[in-house]
Amino acid sequence: MIKIINAVLTVLAGLAGALIVYWVLNKISELLPSKWEERAKPYFFIFPAIAAISLYLIYPAIQTLEYSFANADSTAWVGFRNYRELLTSSDFHSTLFNTLLWIIIVPAATIAFGLIIAVLADRLRPQGEKAAKTIIFLPVTISAVGAGTVWRFIYAANPPGEPQVGLQNEIVTKLGHDPVNWLQLSGGRVNSFLLMVILLWAQVGFAMVLLSAAIKGVPGEILEAARIDGANERQIFFRVVIPQIRPTIITVFVTVTITVMKLFDTVYVMTDGNFNTNVVGNQFFNELFTNYNNGHAATIVVLLLLAIIPIMVFQVRQFRAEEVTR
Amino acid sequence: MTTATTPTPVRLPAGRRSWRGRSGNAAGAGQGQASPLAKGVVVFIAILWIVPVIGVLITSLRPKDDANRDGWWNVFHEPHLTFQNYSDAISKAHLGQAFVNSFAIALPATFIPILIAAFAAYAFAFMRFPGRDALFILIVSMLVVPNYVAFVPLLQLYGHFHMVGKFPSVWLAHIGFGMSLAIYILRNYMSTLPIEVLESAKIDGATHFQTFWRLIVPMSVPALAAFAIFQFIWVWNDLLTALVFIGPGDSQPLTVAVSQLIGQQQQGWQLVTAGGFFSMIVPIIVFLSLQRFFVRGLTAGSVKG
Repeated sequence: MIKIINAVLTVLAGLAGALIVYWVLNKISELLPSKWEERAKPYFFIFPAIAAISLYLIYPAIQTLEYSFANADSTAWVGFRNYRELLTSSDFHSTLFNTLLWIIIVPAATIAFGLIIAVLADRLRPQGEKAAKTIIFLPVTISAVGAGTVWRFIYAANPPGEPQVGLQNEIVTKLGHDPVNWLQLSGGRVNSFLLMVILLWAQVGFAMVLLSAAIKGVPGEILEAARIDGANERQIFFRVVIPQIRPTIITVFVTVTITVMKLFDTVYVMTDGNFNTNVVGNQFFNELFTNYNNGHAATIVVLLLLAIIPIMVFQVRQFRAEEVTR
Repeated sequence: MTTATTPTPVRLPAGRRSWRGRSGNAAGAGQGQASPLAKGVVVFIAILWIVPVIGVLITSLRPKDDANRDGWWNVFHEPHLTFQNYSDAISKAHLGQAFVNSFAIALPATFIPILIAAFAAYAFAFMRFPGRDALFILIVSMLVVPNYVAFVPLLQLYGHFHMVGKFPSVWLAHIGFGMSLAIYILRNYMSTLPIEVLESAKIDGATHFQTFWRLIVPMSVPALAAFAIFQFIWVWNDLLTALVFIGPGDSQPLTVAVSQLIGQQQQGWQLVTAGGFFSMIVPIIVFLSLQRFFVRGLTAGSVKG
């Protein structure tokens, strides 16, 4: 009970603190001569936001770049040693390869499934559509840890001859085969693919909602015109609807790609990167908390940032283009 | 589920029929006229999506021996159910405390950034000042920066101030991580509000502070609510930030507690599933009760780094 009261009090204190900051900032700006007040006020309004972003993203990014050229406890410069060590290590190659597999497969598969479900659910009666979409969207709200409990249970394996607890092995044994220890099945990266299934399960609902909204937003006149020109349903879908919803497809693609690039929790709760399922996010975590190597951890982040820069440039361009039409 | 490319604000057309439905053409696949195959596929996928969750729910309600002996589908011929696993998880595995901690982390980490972002969004949408566009571009580019960049430097910084393991360490982190998306969504929403209202308020002698509180905040409620739900679920479900800055212990949130529980599998499936389902309850309730806002939040802007 005391804990709960404590929590409530800290919550209130946090909020009150934030409000007081603005009140004080506003008062300060009102003390200025009115000409200066008008000039200064915008900066007072944005100051806390810019400060938060500077402290939590910009300053750390620069600092991380610096640490990537320093040793494990950030006490001496080592030049490019961290980069050399990581990029020549065969373990890290395997980690990079796994991450690449995720990047190639998951965003594309998410969009494909999302599109199929969006199109099919669209044809159901409204109640049916809503029910199906609610169910498929539900995993989006579940944490990776929650999803981990769900899927560990699906993939669970008991020794042959015993009753199976995991659904997948129940099916396998009912079909007359021996149970398989799915998460340790690293040959052909099968276990990595099984982990991808989890993320798909968790992300397809997100893709479905956005794509479905976009499909419903395609103007009727365009479709009508295509029909009058004699296009069949398949042509309309691939040649009219898909190009029309392209911006949304790109949004979903970028979103899922970034999610996958910084994937951590799904792998952490399922295998912790063992059995050759490691990805970059987990390697970062292990360098930081298992190997206590700030240099390697920072280097991994820098590599990740380099990979994300093209996406960032693309974002800014998109934004500029949209602002022009606004 | 954390993100926004320049989130093409997809507007949900209320009440508009589907592209299939509008025409009623020869193919005849309008709304409500799904072919049996299409219907079958959707039902099949929906079942595939929900069965794993139902399996966890049922297992979490089975007695320890049943749950660890055979699969949950056997519950239909050995129908013993109990809430014992939940009370064990809450008291013995300390999930009750973790539940309170999750709220103590997620509530301030939701409301403080909204307040800060709303002020900034107001300035970006309605005030003219040198450097405005450049600063906003900076915020847009920050949307995709992964929060990984913050961990190494901030652990060191927090170490100096003895903040590691305390709630403010994660509050501040989530304020920083959520800020760019919050400003982006709110500014885009605010710039669609009618400018005339603001001008008349100005003529009536209202200060910016008054205009903000009395006009803009009430008018922006849909966007504020959408972001609030989005951020709340994101923080509630976050594992990495909590693991790095708080770690296992008295202040751990549910995600950390449950991931510990998964690690100690000898506790048995009944406890792992109870813990897992317990951690999902709040997001599921939030989603089901505020679905409308939630979907709007997703469509308004979904790419966060």
